[in-house]
Amino acid sequence: MNFYGLVDGTEASLKKYLGSLSGVDQVGADARAAMLATRSIKTTSKRWAIDTAITMVDLTTLEGADTPGKVKALCTKAVRPDPTDSTVPSVGAVCVYNDMVEIARTHLDLIGGQHVGVAAVSTAFPSGRASMAVKIQDTKDAVNAGASEIDMVIDRGAFLSGRYIEVFDEIVKIREVCGTKAHLKVIFETGELVTYDNVRKASFLAMAAGADFIKTSTGKVAPAATAPVVLVMLEAVRDFYAMTQVRIGVKPAGGIRNTKDAIKQLVLVNETAGPEWLKPSLFRIGASALLNDLLMQRMKMDDGYYASPQYVTID
Amino acid sequence: MEEKLSFEYAPAPESRALVTIKPKYGHFIGGKFVAGSKHFPTINPATEEVLSQISLAGKADVDAAVKAARKAYTTTWSKMSGKERGKYLFRIARIMQERSREFAVLETLDNGKPIRESRDVDVPLAAAHFFYHAGWADKLEYAGLGTTPKAHGVAGQIIPWNFPLLMLAWKVAPALAAGNTVVLKPAETTSLTALLFAEVCQQAELPAGVVNIVTGDGSTGALIVNHPGIDKIAFTGSTEVGKIIARAVAPTNKSVTLELGGKAANIIFEDAAIDESVEGIVNGIFFNQGHVCCAGSRLILQESIADEVIEKLKNRMAKIRVGDPMDKNTDLGAINSKEQLLKIRELSAAGDSEGAQRWSAPCDLPGKGFWFAPTIFTGVTQAHRIAREEIFGPVLSVLTFRTPQEAIDKANNTPFGLSAGIWSEKGSKVLWASQQLRAGVIWANTFNKFDPTSPFGGYKESGWGREGGRHGLSAYLKGVSHE
Amino acid sequence: MSNRIDVKKTYKLFINGAFPRTESGRTYEVKNAKGVFIANPCLASRKDLKDAVVAARAAQHGWNKATAYNKGQILYRLAEMLEGRRAQFVDEIVTVTGVSKAKAEKEVTDSVDRLVWYAGWTDKISSLSGALNPVAGPYYNFTIPESMGVIAAIAPETPSLLGLIDSIAPIIVGGNTVVVLASTKAPLSAISFAEVIATSDVPAGVINILTGKKDEITPWMASHMDIDGLDISGLGAKKHAEVKTAGTENLKRIYSFKSADPGRILAFMENKTVWHPIGL
Repeated sequence: MNFYGLVDGTEASLKKYLGSLSGVDQVGADARAAMLATRSIKTTSKRWAIDTAITMVDLTTLEGADTPGKVKALCTKAVRPDPTDSTVPSVGAVCVYNDMVEIARTHLDLIGGQHVGVAAVSTAFPSGRASMAVKIQDTKDAVNAGASEIDMVIDRGAFLSGRYIEVFDEIVKIREVCGTKAHLKVIFETGELVTYDNVRKASFLAMAAGADFIKTSTGKVAPAATAPVVLVMLEAVRDFYAMTQVRIGVKPAGGIRNTKDAIKQLVLVNETAGPEWLKPSLFRIGASALLNDLLMQRMKMDDGYYASPQYVTID
Repeated sequence: MEEKLSFEYAPAPESRALVTIKPKYGHFIGGKFVAGSKHFPTINPATEEVLSQISLAGKADVDAAVKAARKAYTTTWSKMSGKERGKYLFRIARIMQERSREFAVLETLDNGKPIRESRDVDVPLAAAHFFYHAGWADKLEYAGLGTTPKAHGVAGQIIPWNFPLLMLAWKVAPALAAGNTVVLKPAETTSLTALLFAEVCQQAELPAGVVNIVTGDGSTGALIVNHPGIDKIAFTGSTEVGKIIARAVAPTNKSVTLELGGKAANIIFEDAAIDESVEGIVNGIFFNQGHVCCAGSRLILQESIADEVIEKLKNRMAKIRVGDPMDKNTDLGAINSKEQLLKIRELSAAGDSEGAQRWSAPCDLPGKGFWFAPTIFTGVTQAHRIAREEIFGPVLSVLTFRTPQEAIDKANNTPFGLSAGIWSEKGSKVLWASQQLRAGVIWANTFNKFDPTSPFGGYKESGWGREGGRHGLSAYLKGVSHE
Repeated sequence: MSNRIDVKKTYKLFINGAFPRTESGRTYEVKNAKGVFIANPCLASRKDLKDAVVAARAAQHGWNKATAYNKGQILYRLAEMLEGRRAQFVDEIVTVTGVSKAKAEKEVTDSVDRLVWYAGWTDKISSLSGALNPVAGPYYNFTIPESMGVIAAIAPETPSLLGLIDSIAPIIVGGNTVVVLASTKAPLSAISFAEVIATSDVPAGVINILTGKKDEITPWMASHMDIDGLDISGLGAKKHAEVKTAGTENLKRIYSFKSADPGRILAFMENKTVWHPIGL
């Protein structure tokens, strides 16, 4: 593999590549994200943003208590988020553990949701603490069960102790398992990487190793998809495009619970990576509660009065 | 669903309903609004709409204001305890916070600056200045000027149009805290928030004559500067006018502080955090349309990263939202006056004719009003006019350097010395550069930050004295050994 | 009485660590209180001033960069050297001004003590005037006094030595370099003090001493664009307005002082405020 010509797969070349990255000033990044959060998105642009955000949702259930029934209900909601309004678009994908992939895929196909992808969390999600063999098997299982997207976690322990080449090699191997069947999203768990310098470094590492998407968090650790972390990742994909002419997607996940938060994310995308990223093939939002708030805001815009949770489904 | 890539922000205008602008204003003297004789219009620079008629103070008005200030000083303010004076200042701070949206809207209408900035920067900082200085009023003996520091008496204060309310706060708050009374003149094009501030003084029940506001042009300013009944002059504005004032005051016993022009260097080292540096460049020169005395108007870039930074800067500049200042999403508003616009155009034309390369962000400028697109000039050298003269607009001159010492030499190669910026992730280099730069305010890995606790002011021809912090307060007190 | 003929001193200027004659070739007569000729010191010209400013400017960066500890030791060294030459200074003051020996001795004592006092300020002035400012945001923000640059000073006519010390020491304490015009009538202490300076590890150009006429030199000091500040304590009050007006061309900081206090040091220091984010 040539890794876009950026690294040759050796530790030395990876270190050189990561060492060439500029740092991130936390206060400056926070300030930029805070400024963009003041954007006032109203009327027609808000309506557009809500529908766009719905198409970007990776509707997620990642619970120990997940059952086939729960997953099927989720799939139904993913295809037709509002059963009373056919103009509401389907979400981008459902996101489940790998033992639920087959159930999800089958059910989606059954209810006319062929266009909705199934994303499987992988590589000993959420901790990433397992042998490479297990991680590979985990991923193979998901791909074989019909997952079109693999959300792998990186080994944060390896990353934080400077064993970047191990993180890199893992991504490369999982990328190989995904082959042409599945897109690869690489989860950093930014709440554990802590610094924006690390987020930027992890972003460039994952992109060179073959990630199709870079993703903030598992949803199991806080803080998760904070605005400045997403900003730093959007800057990374923008800069990576300038280097390689390849657009890598970004997926914030965790903590995005309402329409206001989602629209802030879209503003970040629009003014950082650029409008080219404002589509589900390049931007996803990992969320569970968000969808209903988007639906309620959509109702408010259509009806002119505030909505009630009574009128949106709880699946 | 068909993929639509365009995320156009619908207009999000702030409501004007909160403000009432009278058709005509007088002066605020002795606690009352008094009618003026001659008037001139004040306009909204974004639309050229006439907002109101402002009085032009002549000798009689300035005399009356000074007399009122003197009377208030001798009979009331100088006799009041610091504790009580401070309470008035706290009241003013609170009322400004309560009426902050009103101040922001009025400031944006009269000045042309984006509502986001008047709302998030000017007005909150102005209130903060009153709050900070309020706490000094009963602690003057701890200000480092001996146990019995004394006020000067009557302070004449002349402020600019770029931050009308904030500059008022920088002047009035320390003056009052130190026990002076004031005669303040707002800039000719931006009187409205000062006149609204007069209402705040009334609501705060500030004793009559402690704050007097006379409106007018340079002729009114000259009457204040030369008035024998004034003990202290404080001026913020151009170096040219500052020198005229310094000359006028030199033969007198008046104490003077001057906050004047600048041509700040913003130095980006190759080990800087690039994205935040680009934000810092943008904030440095395009904040408040570049109408900032401490604007980072000279970008001094290390050659090894120059191409990368300029490309990123251009991309970022293309995202600056230029237009209706009342729109909450506007980043760059209107140029404050036609006169200023002509000056910016003239200096930019000089940049062209001296061979620098101009690039402006593509944007649709409104048909009415005064506008200038965010612009950079590359290929600028120290010998270019646009590297030496203060443009006071959204125009950035880009120079390059090879070694750190060269960057410092270029940065210091100016008669100004107000501010400078440094961008590097290497701590020792940041501290080295901050020592070498001859400027009163050094922003390292940030730019255009202000705080009432933080002294602000210039070296060399950028002025005399500081504003903010204990150092700024001392400008309003006697007690220093020199005169 | 010995028949030996005294070797008399030629009184010259002190510029850039050397003792040149004035480029103008002019001198003036200094006489004692009874009108008896004493010496022909240099009548410095505006060109001597210009040369002195060039030397002071060249020396400023290095002097400013010296540690406060080092500057303090050098100022203390001046006191040591002055102490060692007390007799010479007492003689000169008595000879030129006609004051009593006791009074002259007191002036020299005060001068030594004043130098010691200033020496101790070099490493304390920034804790007196500096500040850590608690801004409302994630920024480390501090203000420190810094040198202003090249400062000119007009020393008072009397006391000729103590007045000179007050015209030099507070300026250099702050990291500035100085060009001082000595007492016109009583310049001998100043020139002898230059010899003290020359043996005290003061880098060349940090202190430059001219002798001559105030009316001739002051206007050039006021208008010189490479002089950042001017101490006019030695100039008659009637002249202040004119000098202050002339100094506005480069917004020179011009002050006169009544006493020796830290304000006198801070008057020729600028305050620099530095902001830096606090983050990871």
